[in-house]
Amino acid sequence: MDLIAQRNAPIFEAMQELRKRRVVPFDVPGHKRGRGNPELLEFLGEKCVGVDVNSMKMLDNLGHPISVIHDSEVLMADAFGAKSAFLMVNGTTSAVQAMVLSVIKEGDEILLPRNVHKSVINALVLCGGIPVYVPVDVNSRIGIATGMKVSEVKRIMDAHPNAKAIFVNNPTYYGIASNLREIVRLGHERGMKVLVDEAHGTHLYFGDQLPISGMAAGADLAAISMHKSGGSLTQSSVLLAGENMAPEYIRQIINLSQTTSASYLLMVSLDISRRNLALHGQESFQKVSNMAEYARSEINDIGGYYAYGRELIDGDSVYDFDVTKLSIYTRDIGLTGIEVYDLLRDEYDIQIEFGDLGNILAYISIGDRIRDIERLVGALEDIKRLYENEKKELYCGDFITPDLVLNPKQAFYSEKVQLPLKEAIGKVAGEIVMCYPPGIPILTPGELVTEEIVEYIEYSREKGCDLQGTMDPECREICVIK
Amino acid sequence: MDIWYSQMDTDNVKTSIRIDKQLFSEHSDYQRIDVFQSKEFGKMIALDGEIIFSEADEFIYNEMVVHVPMAVHKHVKDVLIIGGGDGGVAKTLIQYPEIESIDVVEPDEMFIEVSKKFFPETAKGFDDDRVNIINMDGLRYLRRCKDKYDLIINDSTDPFGHTEGLFTKEFYGNCYHALHDDGIMVYQHGSPFYDEDEAAFRAMHRKAFRSFPISRVYQASIPTCPAGYWMFGFASKKYHPLKDFNPDKWNARNIKTWYYTTHLHLGAFMLPKYVEDILNEEENRG
Repeated sequence: MDLIAQRNAPIFEAMQELRKRRVVPFDVPGHKRGRGNPELLEFLGEKCVGVDVNSMKMLDNLGHPISVIHDSEVLMADAFGAKSAFLMVNGTTSAVQAMVLSVIKEGDEILLPRNVHKSVINALVLCGGIPVYVPVDVNSRIGIATGMKVSEVKRIMDAHPNAKAIFVNNPTYYGIASNLREIVRLGHERGMKVLVDEAHGTHLYFGDQLPISGMAAGADLAAISMHKSGGSLTQSSVLLAGENMAPEYIRQIINLSQTTSASYLLMVSLDISRRNLALHGQESFQKVSNMAEYARSEINDIGGYYAYGRELIDGDSVYDFDVTKLSIYTRDIGLTGIEVYDLLRDEYDIQIEFGDLGNILAYISIGDRIRDIERLVGALEDIKRLYENEKKELYCGDFITPDLVLNPKQAFYSEKVQLPLKEAIGKVAGEIVMCYPPGIPILTPGELVTEEIVEYIEYSREKGCDLQGTMDPECREICVIK
Repeated sequence: MDIWYSQMDTDNVKTSIRIDKQLFSEHSDYQRIDVFQSKEFGKMIALDGEIIFSEADEFIYNEMVVHVPMAVHKHVKDVLIIGGGDGGVAKTLIQYPEIESIDVVEPDEMFIEVSKKFFPETAKGFDDDRVNIINMDGLRYLRRCKDKYDLIINDSTDPFGHTEGLFTKEFYGNCYHALHDDGIMVYQHGSPFYDEDEAAFRAMHRKAFRSFPISRVYQASIPTCPAGYWMFGFASKKYHPLKDFNPDKWNARNIKTWYYTTHLHLGAFMLPKYVEDILNEEENRG
């Protein structure tokens, strides 16, 4: 990384210049620096609304970058050790979809673990690719899916030698990383591209003692949620590409669905965040790691909770663990993760990232302070004292192996009928069902609806999970193929 | 030269005090600490820009958080002060011979050092053998305490600064846990007058009311506080601040005071109607 060059922030500098020039706007947006929308101006402030501008000569154009956006993307690529980088303005969802659409065409197979984000499945609905799942183990103590075992990856690769790509979570929402370097080697040996979902892994590029990053492991594409650990604005993201990918083609794929009015607020936030990460990332994430480790030890001291960390590492299905993640297993105090999540919000004014059946995840980042950690720990202790219940066994039905009957695109575009869940048993799903967060599918288009899956959905609902994805907003009915 | 310190009570109201000179200004790991010399209030210390202590009116505050619970509780042996880096509360407590230990939990070492340097008279509370200073976050310290104290005094004043954790439900829960079965907790209840402080005032009472069987509020006039009006919370597991109040026993101690009297004790719990209304509303909220 060229640290001198990284001190620049081309989009940021161009926007400052624009502000100084006091250009009279006879272009969009129509709020004209906020004057046309005084309430919005008052709420967001002149500094913010005043730079909500459109593409113009001095600010370049995200659809075809040739000046400041291009320069910013070059710096981005350099900061992340990639061959090329693309600023994304429709979330990491758009980056994930661009990865899949760049390498998968109608009928192509893609290998992936089941605990992928729904954006991957949706990309397959768009392109007609066929998912081939690599089974992942569920850690029976804490009920979460681990990473992919190298032996399983190899077995599935051998069974599907024509697959075009393998998709890897690096790390999972909970912080678990697979042996990425080895998966890259196996994939490349067979001519497969390796796509890495780093929605929860921006910081891997800027830390010691953290799992290896996609680009460092030699992956071909990586989707980076800069707005999560990187500090940029919500919805901004980055797509990285390695040596063997043609950036011109990826740009065309991105432009298929990308807005032609990309937000400069999002882009400048990426530019500034990249500079900050390049110059101070190491130091910042060391602090984040220290805070998370402190929280882990304090929470484990309370007793009853299990804040897990590097001890999960087994060299295979948990090849590495991202210590910046603060995931806590709550079932030993007789409460589900969702129950603790709700209590923290309603009783203690603490909003955490998510709660699932057995765990909660508190997101620790460069914006945290130790006193906030003390509040979280204090609240967890108080919850244990006030709400502790008899210990319940964990429903270990997570990650029921799906039975894929049709490919997602065929299933999604088939004639469908909406049925109550129970009546849908034995039919083929035409839509996705998931708990959000984390947004990992329980059922995807093309899969057989089984009794076991319906039971799991009902159980999740009863425990307070937010079920989404179906046309029925309550998720009591599901679209199946006629 | 004309130097004025201004404290913004609200966006539209400020209290200004003429400053003779600024004696100290530094950022500690927790907050900005300033010491001023003023004509009217003597030396003052401000944390993150808010006066928390002045030589002229500190006696009101210290006497009210100490003597009120001490005249109610039957036998205080172990006291915990959360915050209290200036030493004023400890100084007032050491007048009671039956107290065996006073733990002061103040995370900010610089605050203590500054108090010792500029306010040696007040900070001499720290010199008593019964006083132990513990440099630790209050919430963190409390997590490890169970059935340990007769009296807890929360000396932190700002529900929005670095001490915000000391105004949360978990804090009251942790205090409850740290007290003996007849323990009392006294805390800063802020000022209810300005709209922007009212929400915090309500939230505090709601949390204390739900955590303790007895929870009352009492008042004092303190010139450097917003609107010159300040409230304290009295949360207790067993003793009622008026029904279990023993004026004769307290008067027999012959402790010299400038603000507190046993008459004033009774009066302090008699609140203006609008404050009573606020408290009732929070108590009746589901």
